[in-house]
Amino acid sequence: MTGNLPFVVVGLLFAIGMALILFDKNLIKIAIGVSMVEAATNLFLIVLGYRTGGSIPVYTLAGEVKRMVLPTPQALTLTAIVIGVATTALMLSLIMLLYRYYGTLDVREIRRLRG
Amino acid sequence: MNWQIHLPALLIAVPLLGAFAAPAFANRRLRDVWFTVMIAATTVIAFLLWRRVGAEGIVVYVMGGENWHLTLPSGMRLPIRIIMEVDAFSAFMALSGSIVSFAGAIFSLRFLDRTTGGEKFVALYFLLTAGMLGMETTGDLFNFFVFLEIASVASYGLIAFWRNTPEAIEASFKYMLLSTIAALMVLIGVGILYGRYGALNMAAIAKSMQLGLPEKVALALFVAALAMKCGAVPLHMWVPDAYSQAPAGISCFLVSVSQASLYGLFRISFSVYGRALDTPAVAWIIIVFGILSMFIAVVMAVIQKEVKRLMAYHAVSQTGYMLLGVGVGLLALAHPQAMSEYGFTAMQGGIFHIINHAMYKGLLFLTAGSIFYASGTLDLNRLGGLARNMPYTTVMFVVSAAAIAGLPPVNGFVSKLLVYESSFAVHPILTVMALVTSILTLASFVKVFQSAFLGPARARFSEVREVPRSMLVGMTVLLVAILWLSFMPTWSLSRLVGPAAQALVDQAGYIEAVMGSGL
Repeated sequence: MTGNLPFVVVGLLFAIGMALILFDKNLIKIAIGVSMVEAATNLFLIVLGYRTGGSIPVYTLAGEVKRMVLPTPQALTLTAIVIGVATTALMLSLIMLLYRYYGTLDVREIRRLRG
Repeated sequence: MNWQIHLPALLIAVPLLGAFAAPAFANRRLRDVWFTVMIAATTVIAFLLWRRVGAEGIVVYVMGGENWHLTLPSGMRLPIRIIMEVDAFSAFMALSGSIVSFAGAIFSLRFLDRTTGGEKFVALYFLLTAGMLGMETTGDLFNFFVFLEIASVASYGLIAFWRNTPEAIEASFKYMLLSTIAALMVLIGVGILYGRYGALNMAAIAKSMQLGLPEKVALALFVAALAMKCGAVPLHMWVPDAYSQAPAGISCFLVSVSQASLYGLFRISFSVYGRALDTPAVAWIIIVFGILSMFIAVVMAVIQKEVKRLMAYHAVSQTGYMLLGVGVGLLALAHPQAMSEYGFTAMQGGIFHIINHAMYKGLLFLTAGSIFYASGTLDLNRLGGLARNMPYTTVMFVVSAAAIAGLPPVNGFVSKLLVYESSFAVHPILTVMALVTSILTLASFVKVFQSAFLGPARARFSEVREVPRSMLVGMTVLLVAILWLSFMPTWSLSRLVGPAAQALVDQAGYIEAVMGSGL
């Protein structure tokens, strides 16, 4: 039964993140939502490569084992985390500038571009 | 020649070197030289690669392998290394994109003199180039995601380049939010396909593709995300903001960068899914995206009062023609007879429109940049009589406006005619919508021409002079490309567009280049 539990967590994290992005009015909370969707994606990749009872996918450290977890998704996740850090940093700095110019974090009031 | 084996790797490596060395050039003159030389080198490499692909067929390059063409080392069943796969369609996109990036770079040289931090602009510009070219030449799904993010992060920075204007920050934030979600959707799609097939290489996945529920979910994620990234209605709201707030050289280049997402959409639906798609649903979704983009965006464009915002809405609307053309081709993919009757013509039209649009929309954005550089405003209610002061810019504008409106004999006419002819075979209403869009396009550019360039001389613009020579050179590059495509339609169709459309249809050839014919 624990087999599918991680996927449920992935789904929950994704849903909460998307709900924050779509329905919340505060820019910081929207940024948190984006980070949660990112976390859901990373967890999804890791869970894909997990094998019950598997060891670390490094030949020199694993010793005598029959099964290993898949290394590729871990490499993918590492890359995705690095990209995520870059995006989050940039997003927060843009929010900082928006706050400086508009004096608010409410998306309803940051609307000079329209039409 | 031997070094030409490494062209696919050089195509990424040269702009990356350009990016990472650029911050060292604080001196203006050195920076300009570095910018020009490296971007010219990238364009030359893209041209050589295109010529090589034309002569020898699909070029495959294995990154980090002991041998550049060893796609399946030591009896492996799946490719394990990162493979770049350049077929005629990739080479076509890379050529078109790099010409636009060259023109945008030359145009930006004098633009940068008015600001500080020019070397950072150059670095981001090269990163954007590398990301775009990487998306167009990679044969690996995860690598596609990485290059997508490189291009996106660079473009957030460039859209917000004028960070003392609140609007630019707002546009950049909007784009970033949509684009990050789109990229994560792509990544989840890649994860699903990896979970099913244990591979990330597009050819390897395509070879064993069986359409089940997970594949459909992944495809839905790809289509939604990439349609968002290429700016199709109803997910287009970032386009007018981002294009109108970015510096003109960037708006010009962003058109080509969002076409790289279009490339991804077509690559995934034709080469990865291709014949495994047994329902016409995906093709119809792409066609409907196309029709909606064409019509809604052009209606929005007609009422705009700011030149660049108006042009940005047209960028959305013109993307619709490409989606319509290639969508009709996808509809006909499973039926050889329909393919030969109208499907292939539609794909040629859609793909021809990609390069045409990159050139004339790039030129339009550059003329808008010139107007702003010279007169300091882009508001149609304040502009007027500029044809007296800026004769060259006026000529450029007239040619590119004629091209976007599809007036014969300019290049937009050829590709639009191909789309009209072939979409009529599917349903006449598609053609009617495309024609109406074209008329409205003409109407709105007549409005811009009339109110910005014609009319009596305004006193406040009496000091306005023609823009510096380097800006004119940048615009001339695109003007020459437009005229070349206009007056050599037979050559363009047979040498440039035909092979690209053929490569997109030929899924078996794409798979075979990596996986071999044995197995």
